[in-house]
Amino acid sequence: MTAEPAPAYKVRGPLIELTRARVYELTREPEAVFWVFVFPIVLAAILGLAFRSKPPEPLPVAIVAGPHAEARLAALSGGPDLKPTIVSEADAPLALARGRVVLVISGAGTPSYQYDPTQPESRTARLAVDAALQRAAGRGDAFTPARVEVTEAGARYVDFLVPGLLGMNLMGTGMWGIAFSLVVARNGNLLKRLVAAPARRSHLLGAQLTSRLIFLIPEAGALLLFAYFALGVPMRGSVLLLAGVSLLGALAFSGLGLLTAARPRTIEGVSGVMNLVMVPMWVFSGIFFSTERFPAALQPFVQALPLTALNNALRAVMLEGSGLVPLLPELAILAGYGAVSFFIALKVFRWQ
Amino acid sequence: MTASGAALHCRGLIKRYGDVTAVAGLDLEVRAGECFGMLGPNGAGKTTTVEIFEGLRDPDAGDVEVLGDRWHGDNLRLRARLGIQLQETKFPEKLAVAEVVTLFRSFYPRGLEVGDVLALVGLQDKARAQVRTLSGGQKQRLSLGCALVGDPELLFLDEPTTGLDPQSRRQTWEIVENLKARGRTVLITTHYMEEAARLCDRVAVVDHGRVIALGTPRELIASLGAEHVIEFAVGTEQGQTGAGAGSDRGQTGAGPGSDPGLAPLRPGSGPPIDDGMLAGLPTVEKVARDGGSWRLTVREVHRAVPALLSALSERGLEPTELTTHHATLEDVFMALTGRRLRDG
Repeated sequence: MTAEPAPAYKVRGPLIELTRARVYELTREPEAVFWVFVFPIVLAAILGLAFRSKPPEPLPVAIVAGPHAEARLAALSGGPDLKPTIVSEADAPLALARGRVVLVISGAGTPSYQYDPTQPESRTARLAVDAALQRAAGRGDAFTPARVEVTEAGARYVDFLVPGLLGMNLMGTGMWGIAFSLVVARNGNLLKRLVAAPARRSHLLGAQLTSRLIFLIPEAGALLLFAYFALGVPMRGSVLLLAGVSLLGALAFSGLGLLTAARPRTIEGVSGVMNLVMVPMWVFSGIFFSTERFPAALQPFVQALPLTALNNALRAVMLEGSGLVPLLPELAILAGYGAVSFFIALKVFRWQ
Repeated sequence: MTASGAALHCRGLIKRYGDVTAVAGLDLEVRAGECFGMLGPNGAGKTTTVEIFEGLRDPDAGDVEVLGDRWHGDNLRLRARLGIQLQETKFPEKLAVAEVVTLFRSFYPRGLEVGDVLALVGLQDKARAQVRTLSGGQKQRLSLGCALVGDPELLFLDEPTTGLDPQSRRQTWEIVENLKARGRTVLITTHYMEEAARLCDRVAVVDHGRVIALGTPRELIASLGAEHVIEFAVGTEQGQTGAGAGSDRGQTGAGPGSDPGLAPLRPGSGPPIDDGMLAGLPTVEKVARDGGSWRLTVREVHRAVPALLSALSERGLEPTELTTHHATLEDVFMALTGRRLRDG
């Protein structure tokens, strides 16, 4: 069947064409581009700003007005650690209760310290005040220790945060990126139509994975480059190993995304399942704070989550410069989740 | 091809969904090179049947042979020889028309050039337009294009013009006629009798999952025994309920006899109309009641109509509605089932 000359269209293999269609679909969706590429960077910048390392601030302490007040003020004003003020006896309890000061010094001859021992700042203030007053009263130092201050990159909150955000993003885009497009295609009869044409099922699912891996490069790359250059987050381990860990993480979550999207016919349906899977990991997998905070009884569950394994591995490579071998348990967990969920998804997948 | 030269045939096809039997022992044969129509109301089992032919559903019982082959697993080799259009497919909104056709072309080992397919379905000018910008008719033609891209030996079109405006419908018909002219075998399902009459060489009338009539559109219409249909009504529904309706009216005030429009409603003003009386009119072959109106299948309109009018006036009745038309496949369906196609 030939008509008038038409522009020639190059047709490549089905896997390439399917992958290309996925890539076009995503890059032509401005919102998707924002959530995948821009949002993690904005989040890292904002959180980095909020939790930036501040110069140590002196601890505010109050001295109750009285005959010894001036002498005590002089004794405590010497160092950089304390910011003493004199308050009336009536105001002192209120200043402590309101948190304006962390410790109150009173007493006629022997000083007495009022403070809340559950507050680390109050306890620090007590040590500093006591040392200064004892020294003023004549106690000598047995020795003068050398001070080595550690505020280098790698130990800050933002350094902890960036690998967590990378893991969270790999989970979110891996699961949503796959589940959303599959459920939309199923709902609109497109999956059925593709199967009705001689498209191989393995190509249809394979293209989903391939397009995920293509997006992984700019997605992880943008966040890591921003973190490295703008926030000074260190990269102590091998970049290649980090790429490998990210790849395995992306595949594991693609498998979970495939499984989540294997049956639902509507976006509402898949959203519920998706939240059921993702919310526990947002809470338990150490994105924003360490998993060590959870009680020991919960640890087996926490450590078995794929995002925990991914975050631990990413942090180990970036912050501790870990090699491959110590990461094998985490990588095994990720590979297991990916393989098992992919296999089950293939078995139960609803094509129409 | 099968030994008989059929592109497709099935025997004793049965498909149940729970308590509902969608296909109830259906036999069918589509000859190579013909355009075969399955005409029936919504819910007649047409789509289920076609999807079994397409290998998208498994029948509960029965035997299906497509292009001399059978469905087992995916059977991609057979699939590559078919063109399939589903009743409704939502193509990716953000892909361009040419990209969608290119994607579908990549699944077929051999087939048409993408540019030729676009020309065939009249979408050359829309090649770069994204799917979301297309009208309903254009989307339907894109869907048709994706079914044609593998240059199929057998093309399945499931309700290809449902929901389209008249102009888009005609465009689709022209594309199908073009394919017929190229000797392609086409199986089309529809509940539009004009569509079946215009496109199909042979039509199977389907109802409740069974073929209830089969033949060329001309043969089916000829089976009515007469080529014309007269439809008429006398008064409202109350006209047929007789005495009760008349006495109700009497109570509303004005004397029934004072208004000539109400005359037919008066009981006892003449012998009632009945099927026997109508069947006795000249050249009438068949009489059917359809709600408040009658349908007469007649051989000669010019003899039947005057006789009908005088018979009515003898009874003091006057038609409130009177139309005549050439018999259609719709009339065939009504003669067989007593229902209209569009009522479902």
